[in-house]
Amino acid sequence: MKRVLLLLFLCWPLAISAVQDIYQFENGADEQRFRELLVLLRCPKCQNQAISDSDAPIAKDMREQVAAMVRAGHSNAEIVDYFVQRYGDFVSYRPPVTPQTLILWLAPLLAILGGGLLVLIQILRGRKVARGEDVL
Amino acid sequence: MNKSGWLFIPLLAFVGLAILLASGLGRDTEELPTALAGKPLPTLQLPSLMRAGTEVNNELFLGHWTLLNVWASWCPTCYVEHPYLMQLADQGVRLVGLNYKDDLDKARQYLAKLGNPYLEVAVDESGSYGIDLGVYGAPETFIINPRGEVVFRYVGEVNERSWQQRFMPLWGEEKQ
Repeated sequence: MKRVLLLLFLCWPLAISAVQDIYQFENGADEQRFRELLVLLRCPKCQNQAISDSDAPIAKDMREQVAAMVRAGHSNAEIVDYFVQRYGDFVSYRPPVTPQTLILWLAPLLAILGGGLLVLIQILRGRKVARGEDVL
Repeated sequence: MNKSGWLFIPLLAFVGLAILLASGLGRDTEELPTALAGKPLPTLQLPSLMRAGTEVNNELFLGHWTLLNVWASWCPTCYVEHPYLMQLADQGVRLVGLNYKDDLDKARQYLAKLGNPYLEVAVDESGSYGIDLGVYGAPETFIINPRGEVVFRYVGEVNERSWQQRFMPLWGEEKQ
């Protein structure tokens, strides 16, 4: 009995997540592409949500458009480009490197380099202290 | 830099961050840049709301400066901006409406009750032309130049202030 109950509980979340999936595709590869595109495209209305998890009407329209284009055999790049032309770079979670988006791409690198520099300074300072030199 | 100079680095970092964050305060993050700026209005082929059997197409925009206003009877802000659109129409501003994902009877009632500022209203029941325009809600208002190109897109309520500040500088302006 316990096992049966456990099994039922395990099935529950799967049933819930399946509700959203009303899009049918001819093959698994298309469905995989559809899922990838849904998290790559950003909802222009409820910003900072992908169109996969937004309830905004525009996100639903965009999902339908993506599904239609996937079924029609458009490549992922073509589909992303279709939306970027209409909504701008904002709509892609992987924006191209342009003067406006450069900071997005460089910021993590700068943070790592800056942090590394601080660590290096601390280490060098520690060595001087260990040798008994005056650091300040 | 001398050694005590390093002490000021946290202060400088703080000031830099404060300036960066302060510049973001009060900025309207809802408004996205006009992706279609300088490009022709996407191919328009939609039925007219008021004239049954008539098609609205891009030719309507050629030769005149026009405001293309995306509206719907389900959109609360559209009711708010509607009196101002009536006023603009009275002043001779050429307005074309795009009725976006609406119930057609309700849309007609809306205009019958509140007045019709539009020269013509195109019906986009499915929202597909909205996607071509990069529309993500209503109201949105586009300036279209006499060559039928998109000059500017504005998201939100058109009123005296936004008209003066955002539209007027671009309205009727021809880039040489």
